[in-house]
Amino acid sequence: MTTTTDHGLAGHSPRLSEGLPETASNRRRFNWNFAFRIVLLLLAAALTLGPVLWTLSTSLRSPSESFKLPPSFIPWNPDFTSYGEVFQQLNIFLLVLNSALVTGLIAVGQMVSAALAGYAFAHLKFRGRGALFSIVLATMMVPVQVTIVPVFMLIRGMGLSDTLLALILPAIPTAFGTFLMRQYFMGLPAELAEAASIDGASPWRTFRSVYAPLAMPGMAIVGILAFNFHWNEFFRPLILTISEQNFTLPLGLVSLQGNLGTGSISVVLAGVVLSMIPALVVFMFGQRALQDGLTAGTGK
Amino acid sequence: MSTTTRRPAGQSGKGAAGKAMPAATAGRNATAKSRQGQRWLAWIFLAPTILGMGLFTLIPIVASVVLAFFRWDIISAPTFVGFDNFSEVVQDPTVRVSFLNTILFVVVAVALQLGLALALAIMVQEKMPSWLRVFFRSAFFFPLILSAASVSIFMRYLFNEQFGVVNWFLSLVGIPAVPWLTTPGGSAAVVILVYVWQNFGFSFLLFIGGLASIPVETYEAAAIDGATGWRKHLHVTLPLLSPTTLVASVMAIISALQVFDQPYVLTRGGPGDSTRTAVMVIFESAFQRLEFGQASAIGVLLTLIIMAITAAQFRLSKRFVFYQ
Repeated sequence: MTTTTDHGLAGHSPRLSEGLPETASNRRRFNWNFAFRIVLLLLAAALTLGPVLWTLSTSLRSPSESFKLPPSFIPWNPDFTSYGEVFQQLNIFLLVLNSALVTGLIAVGQMVSAALAGYAFAHLKFRGRGALFSIVLATMMVPVQVTIVPVFMLIRGMGLSDTLLALILPAIPTAFGTFLMRQYFMGLPAELAEAASIDGASPWRTFRSVYAPLAMPGMAIVGILAFNFHWNEFFRPLILTISEQNFTLPLGLVSLQGNLGTGSISVVLAGVVLSMIPALVVFMFGQRALQDGLTAGTGK
Repeated sequence: MSTTTRRPAGQSGKGAAGKAMPAATAGRNATAKSRQGQRWLAWIFLAPTILGMGLFTLIPIVASVVLAFFRWDIISAPTFVGFDNFSEVVQDPTVRVSFLNTILFVVVAVALQLGLALALAIMVQEKMPSWLRVFFRSAFFFPLILSAASVSIFMRYLFNEQFGVVNWFLSLVGIPAVPWLTTPGGSAAVVILVYVWQNFGFSFLLFIGGLASIPVETYEAAAIDGATGWRKHLHVTLPLLSPTTLVASVMAIISALQVFDQPYVLTRGGPGDSTRTAVMVIFESAFQRLEFGQASAIGVLLTLIIMAITAAQFRLSKRFVFYQ
């Protein structure tokens, strides 16, 4: 954990940028290199952000104007008809509610179960700890697509076919989250537990009052990762939900596009924009946590 | 985060260090008792994760392998067919094409993704105002937080032949309208571009992390030896970055092998089978044709390929990766 947090992703780059010796010839050519580099980077940023800006801008055109070229990137006269329209064509409240319910419960479930398991692997002593942890890590390598058929049957067997629980339950046990929380707890000193037990605290109390409060930032990373991943998830909902009342947002939007064919772009895009809002909130407030979480375990 | 790890325990636990000395014997007793308590607590804490993983990951893995040897359509009882599923699957032209597509996709998409990410990471890490660096990093990271399904929805409009923005821009430089989504080559290109557009940010983050861990002294030494510009990167950055490159390529390849959302939403695998991928074929044979045995067989083959590639990469890395 500590290795990945040291990058200072949001701040300065600690090493490469600073202190590069500038030789005389370097300094003379520096401005040209700099300008060229910035232009290339700006171009890349424009290509990255452009499609999203176009989506936002087009969703604010009236449905009849949404085809028009040249494309607009700045919505000079925003028109909100498409947003009204998308609420009529799609039961968007239900989709948002389903997505929020599924994503929220998975995130909370992962935070709790990963914190508990991570703590056990990091600070509790029991037989078979190393072997069990290796098994947990190994499950990370198995792609969802490979286990989906048996999971689908298991869900049927449990009588959970076409329910939101079918999406929630299998997603709660998390190998990656457990790994992340274990690393996090390992970063907290073991002396805390020794001190607590000398003070007469039971192992449960040691966890509850000493470690769990300190682990909140780690749990937040697990929660944000889970939220981002499952809010955007398409494959499992496509298979595990059948009736439209159990669809999540991505599924609802894809079926909306299918229904409209190439009808009114702006309506579909209005739906897409609405679905992006939670992701944008995560991006603004949890970007650092998300970056740390995504790259956790890949550091040296 | 890193601050808590380095703080000595004595400063954080209130008075804990002070009490430890006189209560030494009581402490030993308490630790013995807490051993017992720890074991119990460990299993209680592990229960949700271990039971859940057993039920939803381990049993399905075994079931998937077993199912690959049966013919089953859910309605009638499963019958054992030995290796029939595998031999049928291997001879099935659609499955063959889809695996070939997947491999081509992985090669092109991963090469583009890693090349782009590395180039951008090197450019971003060099001297520039820090607000600009933050902006670039955020911009390149941004697509990662979007849903692949939503991205594919708007990209389908952008790549539309008549009224798509991409062709409009191309027309400005005199390139006639490209039939992106209606020709095999065009569709494959779109799937690759959309996938790379969304995923290069992840490799970019990894490279940024790797670059940050290269000591400045190395560059100073290289500068003294006269290495500047691209030669500096060729002889210093690339070798020192090779552990990161290995991790980034393993992760990129594994994730690209499982591509589904983009081709499903963009092209439904068409035209013909030109953008059908391995996972799409698993999905179709299981949930559209109800051939669960065959779907499992394809899944097992895909997993074997993933495992083989991962093993090969780590083997190769012994030769090419340079650890400091």
